[in-house]
Amino acid sequence: MNAMRQPSPGGPGDAKPAAAPAQGKPDSAGAKKGGPSAGNPARPKRSRRSRTASEWQGKAYTLICVAILIVTIFSMVFFVASKGLATFFTNGVSVSEFLTGIKWSPDGEPPSFGALPFITGSFATSILAACIAAPLSFCAAVFMTELMPKFGKRFMQPVIELLAGIPSVVYGFVGLSVVVPFLRSIFPGQGLGIAAGAIVLSIMILPTITSIATDSLSNLPRGLKEGSYALGATRWQTISRSILPAVLPSMLTGVVLGIARAFGEALAVQMVIGNSPHIPRSLFESASTLTSVITLSMGNTVKDTVQNNVLWSLALVLLVMTFVFVGIVRLLERRARR
Amino acid sequence: MNQVMEIDRLNLHYGDFHALKEINLGIPEKTVTAFIGPSGCGKSTFLRTLNRMNDLVPGVQIGGSVKLDGQDIYGADTDVEVLRKRVGMVFQQPNPFPKSIFDNVAYGPRLHGIRDKSRLNDIVERSLRGASLWEEVKDLLGKSALSLSGGQQQRLCIARALAVEPEVLLMDEATSALDPISTLKIEELVRELKKEYTIVMVTHNMHQAARVSDRTVFFLNGELVEAEETEKLFSNPTDARTEDYITGRFG
Repeated sequence: MNAMRQPSPGGPGDAKPAAAPAQGKPDSAGAKKGGPSAGNPARPKRSRRSRTASEWQGKAYTLICVAILIVTIFSMVFFVASKGLATFFTNGVSVSEFLTGIKWSPDGEPPSFGALPFITGSFATSILAACIAAPLSFCAAVFMTELMPKFGKRFMQPVIELLAGIPSVVYGFVGLSVVVPFLRSIFPGQGLGIAAGAIVLSIMILPTITSIATDSLSNLPRGLKEGSYALGATRWQTISRSILPAVLPSMLTGVVLGIARAFGEALAVQMVIGNSPHIPRSLFESASTLTSVITLSMGNTVKDTVQNNVLWSLALVLLVMTFVFVGIVRLLERRARR
Repeated sequence: MNQVMEIDRLNLHYGDFHALKEINLGIPEKTVTAFIGPSGCGKSTFLRTLNRMNDLVPGVQIGGSVKLDGQDIYGADTDVEVLRKRVGMVFQQPNPFPKSIFDNVAYGPRLHGIRDKSRLNDIVERSLRGASLWEEVKDLLGKSALSLSGGQQQRLCIARALAVEPEVLLMDEATSALDPISTLKIEELVRELKKEYTIVMVTHNMHQAARVSDRTVFFLNGELVEAEETEKLFSNPTDARTEDYITGRFG
């Protein structure tokens, strides 16, 4: 019987017995007839001192958590930076050679540490991936919000969100066994390369861009669309002339976030890009990215050698680029809000 | 007087809800017709049947006929886009596009294929003058429409609607989100506009209906109770319910 009559938290009947065993110290706050209607009666009244004590407790917990977070972040940055900069300061590799050199042979005689092939590889794959994913995402988002909202919400959205949950090794595997042979059959070369990497990455970042585009589309003021229709616009005119320009700033945010994600993705890219350390002449020629070099080489180097440190330098470049992407997103958001 | 729009036995259902019941009404040319009635009486819904904006709402079924210049706008051969060009609309909330003032007014003409820059310039100036906004914005045409005040935005929306040269202008509580001074300006504008356009306005402000309209239509619970010359309706209503409403006994 009790189970059938679910007690509502504010119900006066249930509240009384709950309030009775509370510390019955009639302090100034308890003197006024708060009773069942004021606030949550189930919570026992506390004296001022215990209230401030719990206040302190909460503050302490949050402070500790925040401190741990801040210390972690800063020590990570510091660690990567100190290791990465050691290449230049301890081992004496020149920064300009590192950033602009195109020859990468850390074990060579003499060794050379030109990381430009990886930097270009990273940028090429992630930007190309965004170029593929952005229009697809926008169309998917328009479809889900404008054309078939019911089907979109119930079916499309979960499917696209599912894409975000697939492990990257699976993407890499599929890329290697489907995308690479496909590219090999059409274009010259092995199929491994920037094109394959970009295609795999574009599917991986599709959910990021799509969900941001969907959000911004469904947050558009109703009047925007109506205003356009009321002037005699067709659906496509409304989408292309009024909806697209209005969501473009937040779309860009999504695209940059997608690029950032693609930039940092290691495993899937490494599996399909071919991993040869030069700047490729075509999109279908074997190449490398910052992440793929790090994952491939880190097991083969000895701590505190220049070969190891230079990998940290690559990591530092990744880190700095991440900061840049975050900065761009912030900038775009601020501009969109205006 | 020549009737621009004739509504004959119009019924509208939202799913199971019978929102408009057997509406018969004629809207005479170059006059201001005001729809009044309590919230939820169907006056806005009815307004939106006149340019088929209800098409955008899922689950709406419409029976009966609405004729514009003798042609049924719900007929099979009606081009909705052309209809909405001929029957313009201004909404309750000012809804300029997040574009420049110029691009807002030029949006409609561009939709309908006008590309020529000097022609667009002419249209924009004429429309903004028509909405008595030109003097205020003529030097800021490149600025974002969102930087204007609420009243200016609403007049911009009127200018935007005028730019496609409609025959009828529907105003859906166009002043309810505005301050009294902006409201007054829009009311003056409406009096000016009726020389060239037929205006149908929904208002829940009876004084506004009395001030600006030539004919007033009273709706209640989805029924058209009374449609009369404004003066007659407010001074000597035929129906007892109209009298109760305008004397403030309910609503």
